[in-house]
Amino acid sequence: MMVEIAIFFLLIFMIIGMLFVLEIENLLSAVVMMGAIGFGLSVIFLLLGAPDLAIVQIAVEVISVVILIRATIHRDIKERADESLSNISSIPLLVCIFFFFLMIYPALRLLPTFGEPVFLNFYSSSVYYLRDGFHLTGAPNIVSAIILDFRAYDTLGEAIVLFTSVIGALSILRYRNRKKEHNAS
Amino acid sequence: MIYTLCIILFLLGLYGVLVKRNIIKIIISLAMMNNAVNLFLILLAYRSNGVAPILDPGMDPSILLETSVDPLPQALVLTSVVIGLGVTALMVALAIRLYHAYGTFDITKIRKLKG
Repeated sequence: MMVEIAIFFLLIFMIIGMLFVLEIENLLSAVVMMGAIGFGLSVIFLLLGAPDLAIVQIAVEVISVVILIRATIHRDIKERADESLSNISSIPLLVCIFFFFLMIYPALRLLPTFGEPVFLNFYSSSVYYLRDGFHLTGAPNIVSAIILDFRAYDTLGEAIVLFTSVIGALSILRYRNRKKEHNAS
Repeated sequence: MIYTLCIILFLLGLYGVLVKRNIIKIIISLAMMNNAVNLFLILLAYRSNGVAPILDPGMDPSILLETSVDPLPQALVLTSVVIGLGVTALMVALAIRLYHAYGTFDITKIRKLKG
């Protein structure tokens, strides 16, 4: 119950932070606020019993904030107050939100109550990993047993995607050198 | 209740992607949508008073089945978080190139084909 209350307040903090990100004028402040939201998410992961995920989330958040600051630091741009794509008045927006929640209310009813894991109720691969993971792999951390042994090809695919995106980002940003060569020739 | 808050976080990200003009804010909104989906999967895996799926020395492995949270969504979300970083890095690189070419982050001013 304590965990539930703590997660509730952290989620409220994340929602307020997201509203700040959407409405604040200074872009650098928005990026820093995004970092704060990511750290809140990391604490939620820790409370939910996922310490590996909390560590990875902190590392990813720091790196993405650094990249985004690199994109915004020299720009000194202020977003104007009327910078939204179109002026959406609040009453149609509220009506849309009301009908959206009316529509997804049956789906929310179908979700299991918080604290009952759906995956563990029947014979599933999660049960297999938890019961036999230590004997089969010798890893006391079941999550690392899954990502590095049972589903190692999944992790290989993740590494491929990550390196592909790094190669893509580098080849997009390489433009300046190519231009210099072009001018020399 | 907690699921609803998670969905609200996702919807705020969707609002930012649809309504905002600034590319940096669109990128941040996409990252927030990613975070909300990851959080939703981990919330589904939680067990009340559950412990992390890590064995202490001398602990019986079969006790994890009664006390631990579900490890499989954690392993899959770990992949998803890292891929989200790659997607964000690629989008920021494109945004920096667009700023060099057009001198603005405003998507309504990025119209002409020049580069």
